[in-house]
Order: sequence, then structure tokens, then C-alpha cells
Amino acid sequence: MPSHQDAPLKTYLGHLARGELAYQFSPEAGRAVFYPRVLCPFTGSDRLEWRISKGAGTVYATTVVYPAEGAPFNVALIDCDEGFRLMSRVEDIAPEQVRIGQRVRFRVHQPGGEEPPCPVFVPVEAQ
Amino acid sequence: MEGLKRGGAAIVGVAESDLGQVADGLSVFDLMAQGTRRALDDCGLSLKDVDGLFSATTQSRLSVLGLAEYLGINPPFLGSTIVGGSSFEYHVAHAMGAIALGLCNVAVIAYGSTQRSVGRKQASVREVNPYETPFKPFLPSSAYALAASRHMHEFGTTREQLAGVAVAAREWALLNPAAWEKKPLTIDGVLSSRMVSYPFTVRDCCLVTDGGGAVVVTSAERARSLKKPPAYVLGCGQSVTHANISSMPDLTVTGALPAGKAAYAMAKLCPADVDAVELYDAFTINTILFLEDLGFCKKGEGGAFVSDGRIAPKGSLAVNTNGGGLSYCHPGMYGLFLLIEAVRQLRGECGARQVKDCEVALAHGNGGVLSSQATVILGTEATLSV
Repeated sequence: MPSHQDAPLKTYLGHLARGELAYQFSPEAGRAVFYPRVLCPFTGSDRLEWRISKGAGTVYATTVVYPAEGAPFNVALIDCDEGFRLMSRVEDIAPEQVRIGQRVRFRVHQPGGEEPPCPVFVPVEAQ
Repeated sequence: MEGLKRGGAAIVGVAESDLGQVADGLSVFDLMAQGTRRALDDCGLSLKDVDGLFSATTQSRLSVLGLAEYLGINPPFLGSTIVGGSSFEYHVAHAMGAIALGLCNVAVIAYGSTQRSVGRKQASVREVNPYETPFKPFLPSSAYALAASRHMHEFGTTREQLAGVAVAAREWALLNPAAWEKKPLTIDGVLSSRMVSYPFTVRDCCLVTDGGGAVVVTSAERARSLKKPPAYVLGCGQSVTHANISSMPDLTVTGALPAGKAAYAMAKLCPADVDAVELYDAFTINTILFLEDLGFCKKGEGGAFVSDGRIAPKGSLAVNTNGGGLSYCHPGMYGLFLLIEAVRQLRGECGARQVKDCEVALAHGNGGVLSSQATVILGTEATLSV
């Protein structure tokens, strides 16, 4: 197995910084892999290709977190059309309005400061 | 579990340590040691008999070393598998295997937590996951809430049905003098409590208590010569589907399905044979998921199944007879208490909450965020011949 010059996380965050949602594809498994890693969890192969998602997805599961201080916010699991799932949140609508099955589209959230960018989603109809 | 002999080992001693809010300054090892001593007294063995030692806690990285040192023993066989709240169900299978191979003969499995006293953040430090932490899920609650949202979406499960699980647990707890909660609870009481992570209010979530305990496992042969009737290990099964909730393949189907199947196969029993069902109810959705996955009702029907008091004290199926993690005690890794209650039910020691003619009890542990699942089926002497 080759040694790695760049950590999978670093490559992923580099794409995010350029506004891209990157994921890996395992040719041997014929399916997407997420989160990025050095080994395909379906085959054990170390052949993983980086791909860029079109950014379209569907809400798989959703919750609203009620923090001790501050406003409630959404946490959701999103199934991207390329066949991978990730944790994220749906923005631009009230957190309790997020619905399972809802179509959503990716955008980059830049928290600023030391925090790295992260992928969030907005309802397709809101764009 | 393949390789283990049905009824080859038994749980012979069980005990809780102090529970709830323990004396200020007590350590997890104080609680483990207290549980160990009480569990050994329960079966008439002593520390010098212990040649296998297992422990798990979130508050010590090398807990089994700390416990061996504290107890002043040097057991040749050690186990510290830590997979969350189901760790102790894993330990039972591992102890059983070690006993069968002659690696040890008397195994103590111990647990301790002071999370109420020291605070949850200090007792269980959250790891940073770069793919989840940025979204600030309130873990573990939000992970289970996501699973509940999916169950509600696919099967029409309602918040009232989830609340029914908490109400049934409370009714059992009111029959258990050791339970933390002492007041009745209603469906409305659950629904109108403070929201934590939708659809869960604080009453859909397990307690935050201190506590610990121990169980003693030995060979079936040795078990017969001890103080109390043995609870024979008839079946064990385990399954891990993921670690983080975003990697769980299907949020409505847990590893309890394969874990249960393996345990039933080893035990040569089916769900209808089980008299007392002890399920890790970290959240109300757990009980519904595990009743389905362990075959007590069909997938998707768990919400209806727990309604109308069916799993409450006078219902048709005795579930979480100690009051569960929801109302009895929940120090963070509750799995040990499932075993303690299952054994006591088989012995007929449970007083007002005793299940009539209890011959087979199932303890199902859950760890992480529905991540690790482990089933242990226990039975009385009468269940040994099939």
C-alpha cells in the first residue's frame, strides 16, 4: 500500500475551500465511499478515486437540536445522488420545516477564523 | 455465538454498587470494588477465587489495571473490551470463552461511573469527528433522534408511542426500590417536557446518574455448588454496524437483528420463549427498535406494540422490569444492569416487579449510537435440557 502525501481529510477540505463537495469512488466496489479514507470499506482495496459531487441530495433523516443557550438548529443526514451519505444541516428554512425526502442542494459554509469550511444544504426550491 | 457451548457457563453473582448520586469524592474504582465485593458475597466466592477480571468505564483508560491494583489481585485473564454500553454483554461471551478454554474459572465483570457527580462532559470526553462535529449534533441524543425521525417517516411511529415507552419504564421503576425516579409519569408529561433533540424531550432520554456494579461468571460445574441458583448463559450474539451515526447503513434496522439471531440460534430458543426482556433503553426509540429487531414484533410495528401498556407491569410482555435507563439508573454505560436484572428475575428475587415463572431472560446491550449490539440469553436450570 502506498504511503500518503496528503491525508484524505486534507484533500477533502481543500476541495471544500474551492467550493466543491468531494467524495471517493471505489472502482472495485463500483460505489461511492464517504467519509474519505485510505481503504475502501467494501473491498479493502486502496484504489480510491476522488470525484466531485454535483451537490444534489435528499434528506434521509432530520432532527432539531435545542441547545441550552441560543436558537434551535437543524442537524440532518443527507443522501447525495452519487450514493453517499453525510451529516450536515439544511439552511434557509426553519429547522423544524426540514422534511425527510426533501430535495436539497449543497453549498459551502465558511465559518471563518480557524474553523475549516463545511458542507451545508439548502432546499432546491429556495434557490 | 459459534464456538461457545450452550449453558457452559453461568452468572452466579450480581450486585449494584451505590447508585444515583453517590457520596462526594467516590471514584469509579470505589464503585467497581463495592460492586465486586457485593457480587462475590452474592455467590459465596471471595477475591482469591477471581482469576478473570473484566471492566469498562469512560473514566479510566486502563481501567482493568486500575481495578486489579485496587483489589490487590493479579488475575491471569484480563478483558477491557470497550464498545459503549454493550461492553458487558461482550464481556460475558468473552468470559465464557476464556472459561471454556481453561484460561480462567471465576470471572468478575465490573463497571463504575460518577458522571452525575463530576458532570457528563468530564466523565465522557467527546471525540472530534471532522465530518460530524461541525454540525454540532447533541450526542448521543441527536443520533438516536435521527433514527427516530426515520422510523416515524417510514412506519408512522408517533411521539405518543415513543412516550409510551417512557411511561411503561416509569411504571416498572415505581416497583423497584433502587430506582432513581419515584413519581408517576404520563404521556402528556413526556410530550410537554423540555425538548432536547426533536422528537425527544428530556423524558425520552435516559437518566444521568452515578452507579456501577459487578457480575460473576463461572463454569456451569462450579456454578452448581454456589449459594444461589445459577443463571446459565444459553446464548450470545454480537454485531457492530458502524461507529458514527452518519455511517449507519439503515437507521431503522440495528445490529440487534443479527446479534439476536446468533443468540437465539445458540440458545435454541425463539422470542416467544423469553419471559423477561431487558433492553438498553438509552432513548425511547431504542426499546421500539430492539423489540422489532429481536423478533418480539414485526419491523415497523414497534410503535403500536408498545402502546396500551403492553410492556408496562401488567402488560403481555415484561420489558425493562427494573425501570430501565429511562427511570431506574443510567450512569452512561448501562449494559451491566441489564444482566443484573435478568439474573434477579430468573432467581425470583424481584419482589413487586417479579415476572411470574421466569425461566428465560434476555439482556440486550447497545453501545455508541446504535453502533454495537450484544444479546445474552440466560436461563434457569430447567432450561438446560432442550
